[in-house]
Amino acid sequence: MDNHQRLSQIKRCWAIVKKNIRVYYSKGPVVIFGLMIPFFLFLSFYIGRNLPPEAMIPGLLGMTAFFTSAAVGPAIIPWEARAKTLERLISCPVSLWVILLGDMLSSFLFGALVSIFPTLLGILMGVKITNLLMLGIGIILGTLCFASFSILLSAYPPTNNPSSVMMLSSLIKFPLVFISGIFIPIQELPDVMKIISMVSPLTYFTDLARYCIQGTSYFPIEFGIGVLILMIIVFLTTAVSIHRKTLQKRL
Amino acid sequence: MSETAIEVSNLTKRFGEIVAVDHISFSVKRGELFGFLGPNAAGKTTTIRILSGILKPDEGNVLIAGYDALREGLKTRQLMGIVPEMANAYDDLSAWNNIMLVGELYGVPRQLRQERASTLLDEVGIYERRHDLVRGFSKGMKQKLLLCMALINEPQILFLDEPTSGLDVESQRLIKDKIREYNKNGMTVFLTTHNMEEANQLCDKIAIINHGKIAAIDNPERLRMRSSGLQSVEVSFSKLVNAEDLATIHGVKELKKLGDKFRLYTDEPSIVLDQLIDFVHQHKIKIISLNTLGPNLEDVFLKLIKESQEAIF
Repeated sequence: MDNHQRLSQIKRCWAIVKKNIRVYYSKGPVVIFGLMIPFFLFLSFYIGRNLPPEAMIPGLLGMTAFFTSAAVGPAIIPWEARAKTLERLISCPVSLWVILLGDMLSSFLFGALVSIFPTLLGILMGVKITNLLMLGIGIILGTLCFASFSILLSAYPPTNNPSSVMMLSSLIKFPLVFISGIFIPIQELPDVMKIISMVSPLTYFTDLARYCIQGTSYFPIEFGIGVLILMIIVFLTTAVSIHRKTLQKRL
Repeated sequence: MSETAIEVSNLTKRFGEIVAVDHISFSVKRGELFGFLGPNAAGKTTTIRILSGILKPDEGNVLIAGYDALREGLKTRQLMGIVPEMANAYDDLSAWNNIMLVGELYGVPRQLRQERASTLLDEVGIYERRHDLVRGFSKGMKQKLLLCMALINEPQILFLDEPTSGLDVESQRLIKDKIREYNKNGMTVFLTTHNMEEANQLCDKIAIINHGKIAAIDNPERLRMRSSGLQSVEVSFSKLVNAEDLATIHGVKELKKLGDKFRLYTDEPSIVLDQLIDFVHQHKIKIISLNTLGPNLEDVFLKLIKESQEAIF
């Protein structure tokens, strides 16, 4: 594929993004798993604990970014396969990576836009953001990373049942929330948990958010950003590779 | 551009133990209207899904306008438009947004795709409903929309999988007229159907497929002529006649009762006619109507399917 074709494919990717926004953002499971569950999970943990907003907002931001940007991605391919619209996309002159990149970007946009709300809530509550630019970079990288993770979640098993994928992805997403410094900062976790937390992309985003709001972080900022970029690449390339192998089983 | 629009050689597709398409080979000339005719589960849809780049074959090659469909899928898919068997427009999008989506995926510039979409929707009579969600469309409207979506990129080759199946007469006629019109303007059309009459009315050439194998490929008239044994004499009498007595007439190979008529299949219609005259005199009855018939495509189709089944089992 030459550069002209690559550019043309990327333009077509935007069509996939627009379609996903129109079709999937308002789907029930996306709203439930992406907005309501993290909101109530957060409330159940924080109500009555009398935490200062500076300690609360990074966790809320982390959970919102994670759940929202990982809510759309896992369901799109199974939904499309079941409705036979995946066949429509596959029969068009677009590569599979373009379709998956489009799914990832629509997932990312959902997460990034909704993540603005906890940030605004924090500002309204008087939280001082010490590094707004870094927080913006963190939200973009974090939601891109979670979105690519969500595409990976839909890759295997190659089921065409969206509710099965949503359940399976929840089985992976929920434990990650508890080991990623959302409720308890990483510094305060036991040593074993600290090591386990390093496998979660959410750890690095929450740590970055704590740095931008509380001024302290467990990992060096450059390290956190580097890991997030690396994870985006690894998740997306792995997802494309697995989807390519399993695609025929869905059709 | 290659004079051959589609060239298929040794194409095979298995689903587990089942061989859905079994080493088939054929070619479709540029500008030809090619029908792929067969009963249910014959391998028609699997073939069209392979040709349109949805499924990967286990064996064989597919050339679309001279390009290898397996290696140069993006190029070959750019040349096609597809109307699938199952409606696969997005129910949660409007008709307009569905067409725009497909237009963008084919790289059709915005203004051009808007102009084409308006024209196409108007031609099939659903322009007024363009902003309605597809969820509320009837089967006929969905099929018309799929045709518009397939034509938005003005494809060189149009694939249609059972395009008129389950539609009302008016929608069927409109879709067939559109197929003819686009073919007349130079578009190569590949359609699958199990409707012999449809294939007969539309196609320049027909391939008959059964159990994944091609039983015959020819133009409709030559296929009809191929089966001389399928000539028949159709007769009705003034009084009730015992079918077993008629079957004993010399030269009759098979007999069918069709309402108040009998169809007597024979290789020698003239001998059967002579025998029928003797028969009516003998039984003191009159002939109400009498026709000699050449083989129709349905007869040829059933004969070839029967032969291919006998060859397999």
